[in-house]
Amino acid sequence: MSKGKLGYFNPKKPMENRITDCGPQRYEQFLPPVIRKNYGKWVSHRILEPGLLMHVSETGDKVYTVRCGGARTMSVEHIREICDIADKHCGGYVRWTTRNNVEFITDSEEKAKALKKDLDARKFPAGSHKFPVGGTGFGITGIVHTQGWIHCHCPATDASGVVKSTADVLFEHFTDMKLPAKLRIALACCLNMCGAVHCSDIAILGYHRKPPIVDDKMIGGACEIPLVIAACPLYAIKPVTTPEGKKSVSVNYDKCMFCGNCYTMCAAMPLADSEGDCINILVGGKISNRITKPKFSKIVVAALPNNPPRWPEVTDTVKKIVDVYASDAKKYERIGDWAERIGWEKFFEKTGLPFTWHVIDDYRLAYDTLRTSTQFKFTEQAWAVSKTVGGI
Amino acid sequence: MGIPGQEHLWDKEVKGHRTYNDIRIFTDEQLKNYTEEELKNFKPKHDTPMLDELEKGPWPSFVSDIKREALHRKKLAQDDMMIPRDVADDLLGQVELSYVEKETHWKHGGIVGVLGYGGGVVGRYSDQQAKFPGVAHFHTYRINQPGGKFYTTDWLRGFCDICEYRGSGITNMHGSTGDMVILGTTSDQLEPIFFDLTHDLGVDIGGSGGNLRTPSDCLGKARCEFACFDTMDMCYDMTMTYQDELHRPAFPYKFKFKFDGCPNGCVASIARSDCAFIGTWKDDIRINQEAVKEYIAGKIPRNGGEMTGRDWGAFNIQEEVIERCPTQCMNWDGNKISINNGECTRCMHCIDVMPEALRVGADQGLSLLFGAKAPILEGARLATLVIPFIYAKSPYDNIKAVVRKAIDWWTEEGKNRERIGELINRVGLGTFLDVLGIPAMPQMVKEPRSNAYMFFKESEVPGGWKRDIKDYRKRHPA
Repeated sequence: MSKGKLGYFNPKKPMENRITDCGPQRYEQFLPPVIRKNYGKWVSHRILEPGLLMHVSETGDKVYTVRCGGARTMSVEHIREICDIADKHCGGYVRWTTRNNVEFITDSEEKAKALKKDLDARKFPAGSHKFPVGGTGFGITGIVHTQGWIHCHCPATDASGVVKSTADVLFEHFTDMKLPAKLRIALACCLNMCGAVHCSDIAILGYHRKPPIVDDKMIGGACEIPLVIAACPLYAIKPVTTPEGKKSVSVNYDKCMFCGNCYTMCAAMPLADSEGDCINILVGGKISNRITKPKFSKIVVAALPNNPPRWPEVTDTVKKIVDVYASDAKKYERIGDWAERIGWEKFFEKTGLPFTWHVIDDYRLAYDTLRTSTQFKFTEQAWAVSKTVGGI
Repeated sequence: MGIPGQEHLWDKEVKGHRTYNDIRIFTDEQLKNYTEEELKNFKPKHDTPMLDELEKGPWPSFVSDIKREALHRKKLAQDDMMIPRDVADDLLGQVELSYVEKETHWKHGGIVGVLGYGGGVVGRYSDQQAKFPGVAHFHTYRINQPGGKFYTTDWLRGFCDICEYRGSGITNMHGSTGDMVILGTTSDQLEPIFFDLTHDLGVDIGGSGGNLRTPSDCLGKARCEFACFDTMDMCYDMTMTYQDELHRPAFPYKFKFKFDGCPNGCVASIARSDCAFIGTWKDDIRINQEAVKEYIAGKIPRNGGEMTGRDWGAFNIQEEVIERCPTQCMNWDGNKISINNGECTRCMHCIDVMPEALRVGADQGLSLLFGAKAPILEGARLATLVIPFIYAKSPYDNIKAVVRKAIDWWTEEGKNRERIGELINRVGLGTFLDVLGIPAMPQMVKEPRSNAYMFFKESEVPGGWKRDIKDYRKRHPA
């Protein structure tokens, strides 16, 4: 490869020797030989133990896959170690999953077991696993997440740190398969929801709670004001002229719900705040069409403190939800299926999560989420309403 | 497609293939330049007491890993790196500051890129440049991942060398859309990286901005018996067909393709792509009655062995399969299982529970759904069904014709930063059907509308809409 500051690039003739529109590398050349041979010929599969899959082909061939956890943010030193392992055990082939786990594919069970042992033994000097084997079946696999304070300009929380804290607390479910169904956790550090937060069994979401601060000095030079106005889902932003005669905008605080989309459009409207920013918890989303249709996740906790480096309030809440679900749900029931069967009032009662007015929808189609029925179950929170009006 | 004549450049099964040694930057000595002991005792440039807490616990620690990169860089010569040596140290330093202050320290936005393209690089600048000069410029580079995220170590090591020589040595494997991500480099390295990627690795960059983003796929037929079409081939084909739309933003907003081989949705296309291709079949589920009996006898673990961590009792086919079927179209008579396939909605449950006894049908294609997106601006949307079944055979001309119509219409009619799902919502699905030239079907709705605010086209109504009040008054004096 090229060396030196500019490498192959010649700034005097920038379009010379430029290759464009060549796309990704073609996939076949990266497939292990046994995968190529049996491509499209698979007839069934089985998970032999946590983290170890076996696929059977109509040719009689079997492949054994060992899956291990990945932190997603990883150094090239880490990738090189993955390459060393793949060279040693798998003929130099490796893949990643859609949830950022790493998979090593072999053609025999013995090789797979040796590989599993090798992976589980590798640790960082401070003690965490480098390649914990698991992430298969009815457990909790890798947490899909975002950039957080490592690289993004609009987060309300960190991503990698919250994920690490949560994955540590739930680690036993990564290496075992003892839940009623798959449990997918995702995190997004703001409500742009890059990734899978809106459709996960449990989702962790960074949320602002203060309106943006308008930088009147900067906005005229930095932002296209009509775009800023159009960026607001609740029409809270209006154009104004400041007393100094400068073009700017005003924010109606009563209408602002802190989504941050105006900041996405305009650097002069920052809203991050160390005290205001918090974390929501959503539950009950899913993507598969299995038994029930795909579902959105629903907000069940409006605001937990942003408490680095370990976010104990968040990890406690997530663990509590997982524990109650694990003991109460039926086989094959995802969290959303379970919550809908028992009713959301029972979900709140069983998990002990406080139900607050924030989680009652008030955006446009909110009506569809209200209870237009006398079918409900009595819980303490229902008695509290009755007591308030002297009903009992 | 790709670089002509180089489609198998990296194929280890092909004679004369390219290897890591052909393009490597670092020698073995440079790569193995520290010991475990040194790593254990390594103190990065900044104190990071809060981040150090995240080195504890069993899950792989990103902090421990970034420290390893910091040490590796520390022991390379300065002319072995084109961006600051301390980039990994300063990244940890800045993130530690964010942990203390609980606010991000990245400046807003940043527009950088490579000539000829309008996307693929996300610019980022620190707002603490004096304190953390190593991350003053910290742009991310999106690189178009191979199908199914399969790699050879030769190619991957080449990627690592570029990433470390011209970048921070820190990556995301992978971005949520699918790209490989070089996390952190400087503006002056963007063009050199691009030349190395295209010339030496033979790979292009991914999408960002108002364009087609990098398509991604489940691993499909490579290692799954459920795959109803060749997700990897189609993803590659569509990526190559739409290279111009991917690299040069010409759309009102972003647009994503995702390819799921079956309704299990392993790449989440129904939630995370504007245009979701989801495999399905239109004939009968294939049944192996002998294997069904083996499940009942407990010889094969249910659900592919995914539930073996807990004692769920003996497998009860009536309770776990027949009664869980959402359409109640299955029957077990104590000896044979039967399926009324005309009533089956292909949810995958029975196949998921007994993958060694039941198989997806043999007459396979895909369903096409449009419009998924995250909340901003009008609320989150899942993709909605538009085409129930279409054969998916290379070169996919039938599917491309439909997709082209949808994109051309949205490009014309979509407002600034309006996703196609929001446009369909704004003008009504009926308008979209006209655009695609397809009739309406009950499968497009969960239920028919309950309000009666229906539009009719003038051409549908006898006599049209031009009426004279005088004629009306002849019958109805005022």
